[in-house]
Amino acid sequence: MRKIYSKLMENLLSGKFVYTAEIEAGKTTNLEEIVEKGRMLKNYVTAINVTDNPGACAHMNPLIPSYVIQRDVGVESVYQITCRDRNRLAIISDLLAAAALGIRNVLVITGDHVIFGDNPEAKPVFDLDSATLVYLIRKMVDEGVDLAGNKIEGEVKFHVGIAANPNAVPLELEILKIARKVRLGIDFIQTQCVFDIDVAKEFLREVRKFNIPVLIGICPVRSIGMMKWYIKECPGGIKIPADMQERLIAARKQKGKKAVLEKSIEISAELIKELRKTTNAAGVHIMAIGFEHVIPKIIEHSS
Amino acid sequence: MIVLKQKPLDWILEAARNYDNILIVGCNGCSGIYQVGGEKQVKNLKMVLEMAFKIRFGKNINVETCTLLRQCDRDLVASSLRPLVKRIKENGAIISLACGAGVQTVSNVFPKVVVIPGCDTLFVGMRTKELGEFNELCRACGECILFETGGICPVTRCAKGLLNGPCGGMREGKCEVDPTRDCAWALIYERLKAQGRLDLFLKFRPPRDHRVSASPRVWRGE
Repeated sequence: MRKIYSKLMENLLSGKFVYTAEIEAGKTTNLEEIVEKGRMLKNYVTAINVTDNPGACAHMNPLIPSYVIQRDVGVESVYQITCRDRNRLAIISDLLAAAALGIRNVLVITGDHVIFGDNPEAKPVFDLDSATLVYLIRKMVDEGVDLAGNKIEGEVKFHVGIAANPNAVPLELEILKIARKVRLGIDFIQTQCVFDIDVAKEFLREVRKFNIPVLIGICPVRSIGMMKWYIKECPGGIKIPADMQERLIAARKQKGKKAVLEKSIEISAELIKELRKTTNAAGVHIMAIGFEHVIPKIIEHSS
Repeated sequence: MIVLKQKPLDWILEAARNYDNILIVGCNGCSGIYQVGGEKQVKNLKMVLEMAFKIRFGKNINVETCTLLRQCDRDLVASSLRPLVKRIKENGAIISLACGAGVQTVSNVFPKVVVIPGCDTLFVGMRTKELGEFNELCRACGECILFETGGICPVTRCAKGLLNGPCGGMREGKCEVDPTRDCAWALIYERLKAQGRLDLFLKFRPPRDHRVSASPRVWRGE
């Protein structure tokens, strides 16, 4: 049994249904906005993820907001780190800084390819991938050394999470990928958006054997365009059941644009209720980038 | 094979315009096989150059030709080209229709002669479709893992070069970067599954030692 370093890990292991949410650091120099979002979410979630150059767009380094949220808001952060933009030297140095600043949860991601981003001419790095990054973090935490075995002064206390896509086809391949990382030693899983309860159930059934807490990704949509983007273009692919699509489209037709988001809040809350009732999900991870104000509403409606 | 393509004729003409004696050197290796710089292409280029110089620059030039078995063979280049290089001594240049290795072999053997590359070297690969589509297959990374990946190279064929793929962008077996392209790791999964070797898919591959493939590489034999 590994030591527990964070509130998130404590809650995940306690059997409580855990809520986490996600915010973007943004292409900004304004930390106040991030702190405000953190304050708004504080009483609703156990931890807040801060994304690392999401969609390959150059944002503020997430380490800074991750730290500030913990210091000024008093809620734990999940520091996300991708392999796309930094080689192992840069990642090790960022992780050392994160450990020094009291970050206790890290989510590792390979990262969308640079061609999707706002500087598509960039050189993609991928010196590490999400599996080798888990391997690095385990070395740092368990052995107090970096990848090459160089000794680190002081303790490194991280819980390491991975992303997974329950919508993946073929799912068997996704499960094998997770198995590879479970063997390396992961602490939790936060998934890509799930709209279809059956997709969540099948995924949870498949990963049950790993005995790793899973936070199912919940993504409210605020427009029909966004819904279509998830279905057609989102990397990895997302399934949205036909009847759910119809409910959103009907809301748009009957009550206008704003009704889509209202309907989506309702649908998200229903999904969460169903997950709480009928699955062994450890909780949910709510992603509502740019409209985080809906997160408290979803959580209120779901509990 | 090394996959290459001929440079635009205008580019070659511009590079060669100030010379009066030109030796076109073809290569029957990769370049010849892919019909970019073999015997036939050398002959064609000679004809086109003579004509274009006359029409465009109003001058007659002397064009010699030679196609080697392999242009990356130093001894072959030295013995075959020496007499021809003498013939283009007066304000002469060589146009090489080989890959970058061929161009540099010629240039190393005859350091005083200007060598114009007539081709752009693209990658190590093969023709995968009849209609002249070529695919990159090998990055010459120096640490072959093809035995473990069902004969499909993820270092080359995964857009992110992942050793522990696929990434989260794989969508129904296709690559997030180009949905018309197969995800290399989905192919590896399918092939290992067909071979009954899925245990190898589960295998964790630690980070690469990039010293193995740091340029410029030298191999001194063993």
